Formats: sequence, structure tokens, C-alpha cells
Amino acid sequence: MSNNEQHSKPLLRVQELRTWFYTFGGLVKAVDGVSFDLAPGEIMGLVGESGGGKSMIGFSIMGLIDPPGRIEGGRIEFNGKNIAGLSEDEMRVIRGKEIAMIFQDPMTALNPLYTIGNQIEETLALHTALSARERRAKAIEMLHKVGIPQPEQRLSHYPHQFSGGMRQRVVIAIAMIAKPRLLIADEPTTALDVTIQAQLLRLMRQQVVENGTSMILITHDLAAVSQMADTIVVLYCGRIVEKGPAEDIIARPRHPYTRGLIDSIPHETAENDGPKQRLSQIPGNVPDIRKLPPGCAFAPRCSRASERCRMQDPVLMEHNAIAMGSGKLRPHAVACHHPLAVSP
Amino acid sequence: MIKRLIQMVIVLWAVSVLVFVMMSFTGDPTFMMVPLDATDEQIAQARRILGLDESHLVQYWRFLSNIAQGDFGRSFVFRQPAMTLILERLPATLEIVFLAMVMALLVAIPLGVYAGANPKKPASRAVMAGSLIGISLPGFWLGMVLIFVVAVKLQWLPSSGRGPTTEWLGMRVSFTSWEGFRHLILPAITLSVGTLAILMRIIRAEMVEVMKQDYIKFARAKGAPAKVILFKHGLKNALIPLVTVFGLMLGDLIAFATLTETIFAWPGIGKLLVDSIYRGDRPVIVVYLMFVALMFVVVNFIVDVCYALIDPRIKIK
Amino acid sequence: MASSQPIPATRARSRMQRFFASEFFHNYKRNLSAVLGSLIVLGFLVMVTIGPLIVSQNPYDVSQLDLMAAFKPPAWLAGGSSEYWLGTDGQGRDVLASIVYGSRISLIIGLVAMGGACLLGTTLGLIAGFYGGRLDAVIMRIADIQLSFPSVLTALFLMSAFGTGLDKVLIALISVGWVVYARTVRGSTLRETQKEYVQAARVSGLPNRKIILRHVLPNVLTPLIVVATIQVGTFVLIEASLSFLGVGVPVTQPSLGLLIKNGFDVLFSGLWWVSIFPGLFIMLLVFGINLLGDFLRDELNPRLK
Repeated sequence: MSNNEQHSKPLLRVQELRTWFYTFGGLVKAVDGVSFDLAPGEIMGLVGESGGGKSMIGFSIMGLIDPPGRIEGGRIEFNGKNIAGLSEDEMRVIRGKEIAMIFQDPMTALNPLYTIGNQIEETLALHTALSARERRAKAIEMLHKVGIPQPEQRLSHYPHQFSGGMRQRVVIAIAMIAKPRLLIADEPTTALDVTIQAQLLRLMRQQVVENGTSMILITHDLAAVSQMADTIVVLYCGRIVEKGPAEDIIARPRHPYTRGLIDSIPHETAENDGPKQRLSQIPGNVPDIRKLPPGCAFAPRCSRASERCRMQDPVLMEHNAIAMGSGKLRPHAVACHHPLAVSP
Repeated sequence: MIKRLIQMVIVLWAVSVLVFVMMSFTGDPTFMMVPLDATDEQIAQARRILGLDESHLVQYWRFLSNIAQGDFGRSFVFRQPAMTLILERLPATLEIVFLAMVMALLVAIPLGVYAGANPKKPASRAVMAGSLIGISLPGFWLGMVLIFVVAVKLQWLPSSGRGPTTEWLGMRVSFTSWEGFRHLILPAITLSVGTLAILMRIIRAEMVEVMKQDYIKFARAKGAPAKVILFKHGLKNALIPLVTVFGLMLGDLIAFATLTETIFAWPGIGKLLVDSIYRGDRPVIVVYLMFVALMFVVVNFIVDVCYALIDPRIKIK
Repeated sequence: MASSQPIPATRARSRMQRFFASEFFHNYKRNLSAVLGSLIVLGFLVMVTIGPLIVSQNPYDVSQLDLMAAFKPPAWLAGGSSEYWLGTDGQGRDVLASIVYGSRISLIIGLVAMGGACLLGTTLGLIAGFYGGRLDAVIMRIADIQLSFPSVLTALFLMSAFGTGLDKVLIALISVGWVVYARTVRGSTLRETQKEYVQAARVSGLPNRKIILRHVLPNVLTPLIVVATIQVGTFVLIEASLSFLGVGVPVTQPSLGLLIKNGFDVLFSGLWWVSIFPGLFIMLLVFGINLLGDFLRDELNPRLK
């Protein structure tokens, strides 16, 4: 899966990103010192429970953080240029053209009062000099690509005339039509039927690979990520607890939280002869992010937690891991005082 | 469609009953017709001519069948068909109502959209405070202030009357000449303030809700500039409730035109109504009522059609 | 719901304390416009209750009027006298005194009409919502038709039919004001009667009247507070319009609106204070009421929170 990997500079480099929300209930550090790189064509899974600040990383990159939220610090280098703190006008040129985003709920992401043709062509009208006829042709082509039958007729239909899955295909078409270099998909299948989820993930992957687009797939569904992503970043309470090559993280998780997430995936691929395992669950809930305990945020839910965990914040430490397949060395980092042993 | 037509007829019929009942309970128009020193014989004769000697049911039936035939009776005062009087004065009223509506929309939409999109900004709060004052002040009083300041003190604009009129599409209108237009300005401003304030508040409230929607964020994620986001994606969604109240707004404008026309001595149907009420000119009041009712019914129908035009999810029933 | 029997005084105090500690009061203190609104309304209430004792004359006692003092401008203008702060009208009436008495009439009309409309509308709304059927259809159709007519116009017609008078103004205002309560109450009654406790009360054979008064009514009242508050302001404005057109209160009991009308006749001679000041007071009063109403709507309407 790592054949997309290139030796060029990263397309996106996020460094020490901090996005904070100043709410009435207190300061919410939704994103608190997050760093990662994304190579051109790479698919990265951003995983964590809901409320873990995953979406806010996506919105921060898009420059769509609204008050009371603010990018408090850090850099977001896109194509070598820091885009954190760009003005609305400067960001506008990037949004939709360079970086596109897919939202969680296709039922609300489309404007109910305009035909989908209008909404697909809008992106082109904003970012290209194509004529109306060319835009229409492109829109038809795009609808066809995302698997909407009879695209010519469907162009003049309104969102309410589509099912949820079809609407999300339209949203994907809108996001991909300007051939962005980075696609941020924020829980793109969560709101849909399980049967449609896999189809759409496959569709997105195909679109991304076809265009050489990098993608950040934000989800709480580790199973989906394990099938799609090259790398995985696991987030807990606004911080990265583990990141590394996807197969490596799935096969050899080092953070107890990642382990917990993996154990809560139903093993449909498990050996038929194996005993039926009960799905395990991480005990407790995501803590109130406004009142995080000192030390490791996961400590209260962690069976391996020691006194040190409750006192001292663990730092993200790199270990070298051998990526499966390519045999190349790729960094695997974990923020834990007592990481799980790498069992062969 | 047929169902709506039947509904419209029922509403009009209900209004005719109400009007008739109200009019039967109010004073006896006979005394408007006869000299002060009339004999009993003369009074009885006048009652017979007016048809007041018959039972209420018969009177109502005659009233209804006359209306159905387009005969709305003659004004006691002007000795002319009441309908003619109304139609003669209608253009004057439509002129200020229309201008007031346009002014209200032109000011309310940008301010409402701005205040709705940036609810926390001081300018938005100022806009809201201003609109609250706008709905709190008596419109006719504002008209008086304008007359005093602009017409009496500064002498920039005329204080009353309609000015010269010209024929336009078969109506006599003022706005075609500069002098006539000058006469229009103050009444139209006076009339528009209340509507403007209410419109602005509705647009703001709707915009606040609309701006929270995902499709707005998605439009931003597409790279749409503020203008497109506010006016294409935002305003159109905020317009639906606005269109709903538009019929009511028009009704209010017509109602408040009675006051505005009285202050500015503007010869429209509102002033005619007030004068007719003073003089007990019953047929004119009746025609006014029926006419206005018809207008509202028609406007509400148009509103429903607009509704369907704006929102593809709504079908005309 | 205390288990033992508390001493009434303590209970009252604890209720007060609870109110001051509540989120409602907390938000109230932080909301400048709410505080301003209630100060204005409070100011008016004080003015109309003790104002007549303070102002120098009763403007409707002819023996107290001084024709020599007619058309005096406000005190700060040339020719003004400190005796008449806001000037005098053509009969030598102190404009400020007229405003104090006029505010009283305007406010009484607004409050009483609101009370009447609320009572009538709530009753009809409860009946329509609870019993449903033909009664419901008739009440709501009447409401619909009436709503399609602007209330000023309806009131104007009623007044033209009734003739002037305080009582008639009240009747006209109540006739146009009940609809909004009836619709609100009917809606919440329909929702409320679906709930289990009402169904249970019905099954247990409690008489309808008791179910309505004890179970339904208390639960449909909250949204009415906002409607009622704003309606007082609306009524003050409608009454002013009617009186301005000469079909409102009689000349012997002039409201603020009638004061404006009286002043309008002399406005063109430059005697602006006779009409402008009463209008300013109407604006201030209604503004205060609306500020308060806005705050209450934000607080009591859970949909917006």
C-alpha cells in the first residue's frame, strides 16, 4: 500500500498545531500540539473517539475555524507555504481548488435550494475560467465517475431528490471536480448505511489514487482506515498518542489506547476456527477536555497506568519500525510511558 | 389550485358576513341621508329607499347579490359609486406602499444579512438596537417629526399633498415628475420605517440560523467568496420565511397607509377610509373592506406561488 | 416540593433566593438591554402611579389652567419657563403633566387589554386544543381569517362601528389580540394532551375542567409570557394610532396618542413640543417593553438556546 510514497518533500506539514476554543465553560484545547507530515498521494487516517479533536484538525487546515475557536499556534505548511493565519481572501483561492473537504452529513452539506448541477459547477466557476458549457460537461463527467446514473438528467435535480448515499457521491464529485491536491474527508460515511459505507470508501480511494491526491480520512472507524490508509495518526484529547504506517499500527500497536481501539473492531476476517471473541471496549469515557488531569490524558482509563503517568505528560517518541512490504524504514511514534512491547 | 380558489371565495364570503354584521350594528345611515328637520314620513321613506325596512337576512342577500354583480353601492357623501371612488384613489396608495416596500427591502436586506452573518459585531448590535427603536415608535409620529424638521424647518421637501400627477398605464401617478416624486419621499419614508425594522429583524434571525448550516460551511470549503456565501447560499434560504410574512407586511403597509395618508394629506384609499369613517359613509367603508380583503387573498396566493418558486421542495397545492 | 410543612415566610424567602441564584437571573444581570428595558418599564410604572402627585397641575381640571401660559416652549428655549419643563399647549396645559396623565391611560389600556386578550385567547385555545373537533375548527378558522387582516385595520373598523370610548378601545384591542394566545395555547395544549400524565388523568375519570385547569394550563403558560409582554407595547401603539385618527379614547381622557393628535394641529406653526414629546414617551415606553420582551424570548424559548 505504500507504493504512493515518494521521496519528494511533504505536501502538507503540520507542526505543533494548537487550535483552542474559548467557550463559556472554559478553555477547550481541541487540538493541542499536533504535528504530522503528509506526502503527495499519501492517504492518512486520523483516528480517535468522537470529541477527540479530529475534525478540528481538518477545519484548521481549511482555515474554517470560527470564533470562539482560534488557531493558537503552530504552522500548517501546504506545499512549502505556511497557510495558518492566511486571510480569508488568500485562503479562498486554496479552498476547493488545492484543498477540498467532504463533510460528515450529506443531508445537510448541500444547499437545498440549488440544483446539484449548479452546486457542482460552482466550484469550477470559482476556480477556473471554463465556459458554462465546459463546466456542464465536466460536471456530467464527474457525476458519471462517482457512479451517479443518468448524470445529464440528474444535473437539474435538487438535493432532496437524492438518497443519502447518492448525495454523498455528489459531495465527493464537488470536492474532486477541481482536482485538489489534498482531500480532507471528515467522517464521510458515518451518517450512511453500513452497506453503502464500503462502496463510498472504495470510490473515494479510487478517485484519490486516480488524481494523485493526498487524503486525510478523519474517522472513528479504525476498520475503515486499516483498509484505506498508508499511515495512521491516533488522536486522544487533542494530542497524537501514536502514529506510523497503517499495517504496523494495526499489527503492532504500541499505545494502550490504540490497542483498545483495535480490540473493539469486530474481526470478520478472523480465522473461522478460532473461538468467538467478545468485543472488548475501552473502559470509561473520553474525559471532559476542559478539565484534563495532569499527566497522560488516557491514564484514568488505562490498565497500565502508573504513578508517573498521572504526573508527567508522555512525549511522542519515535521508534523505527519496518514497514511491511517495502521493507523500508518508516517511523512509528508513540506517546506512552509504558508502551506495549513489540511482540514479533 | 381549485381548492385554493374555493378557500379564497370562502374567506371573502366570511369577510362579507362580518362586514355586513358590523355595519348593521352601527348607527343608522338614514340620518345621514335626510335633513335634520325631516318628518317621520320622510325618514320612513328614506329607510325604504335604502332597503332598511326589510329583515336583516333579506338585506344581507341583497348586499351579497349586489356585490356579486359588481355593484357596491354609492357613497352617501360623494353620490358616486363607491367602487369608483376607491379605484380613483388606489394608485396614490399603491404608489407610496410600493415605494415604501422597495425602500424597506433595499435597506433591510443588506443590514439584516450583515447583522445575521456577524451577530457579535458592535455594528450588528447597533443595527438591532435601531430596528428595535423602529418597531417601537409610532409611525405617524415619525411622519410628524419629518414634516417638522424636513418640511417646516429645513423646507427641503413639501409637507403634504400629492403634487402634480401624470397619466401612466391608465393611472394618475406622481413619481414620473420630479416635483411629484418630491411629494412622495416623506410619506414613503414614514410608511417604510416600521416594515423596514421588522423585515430587518426577520432577515437577521433567519440569517443567524442559516449561517450555522453545514451547506454554508461547505460553500466556504469550496472557496466561495463572502458575497456568494451570504447572498447566494445564505439569503435565499433566509428568504423563505421572509416571503411568508411578506403578505402580512403588505397588509400592515396598507393599514398604516391610513395614518400616513392622513398626516400627509395624501389622497389615497387610506385617507378616503378615515374620512368615510368620520362621515359615516357606509358604502365606501364596505367597499374598502371587501377590496382590501380581496387584495390580501390574492397576495397570499401569490406568496404561496413565490414560495414554490424559491423552494424546490414545496409544491403548489 | 418540601416533605415537611415549611413556614411560609421561609419558603417565600428561599424562593426569592432561588430566583436570585438562578440561571435566569444570572443572564438577566449580564444582559444590559434587559436591565435597561426593565428600568424603563419600572420608570413608567412609577411615573404613572406617583407622577400625578408630583406634577404641578392636573391638566384636566380647567380651574388649574392658565390661558396666559399657553404655547410656552420647553424650559431650555427662549421664552420657556421653569414651571413648564416641556412647555405648554394651547390651553396652557403643562405638556409634562399631560404626558404623565396620558401615559397612565395608555399603559392602563395596554395592560388591561392584554389581560383580557390573554384570558379570552387562552380559554379559547384550551377549548380548541383539548376538545378538538368542530369547535376547534370554528375557532381556528376565525383566528385564521382575522390574522389575514392587519390588527390596526381591524381595530379601526371595530372603532368605527362602536364609536369612541375607553371601554370600546379595550373591546377592539381584545378582539384583535386574542388570536395569538389562542394559537399558541392550542398548539401547546395539543402537545400536552398527548402526554401520559394527561391521558392517565383522563382515564382516572377526573373531570375535564379539572384536567384542563390543573394539568394542562400550567404547562402551556410559559410561552405566553413573551407574547403578553410584547403585546402590551403593540397595544399601546395601536391605541395611539386609533386615538390619533380620532376613533380612540375620548378627548376627556387623552392618551399619549391623542396628545400627539392635538399637537399635530399646531405643528405647522412651529409649536413642535406639544406633539413631539408625547411621541417620544410612547417610543420610550414601547422600546423598554420590547427590550424586555426580547430578553424573555431568548431566555424562555428553548428552541433558540
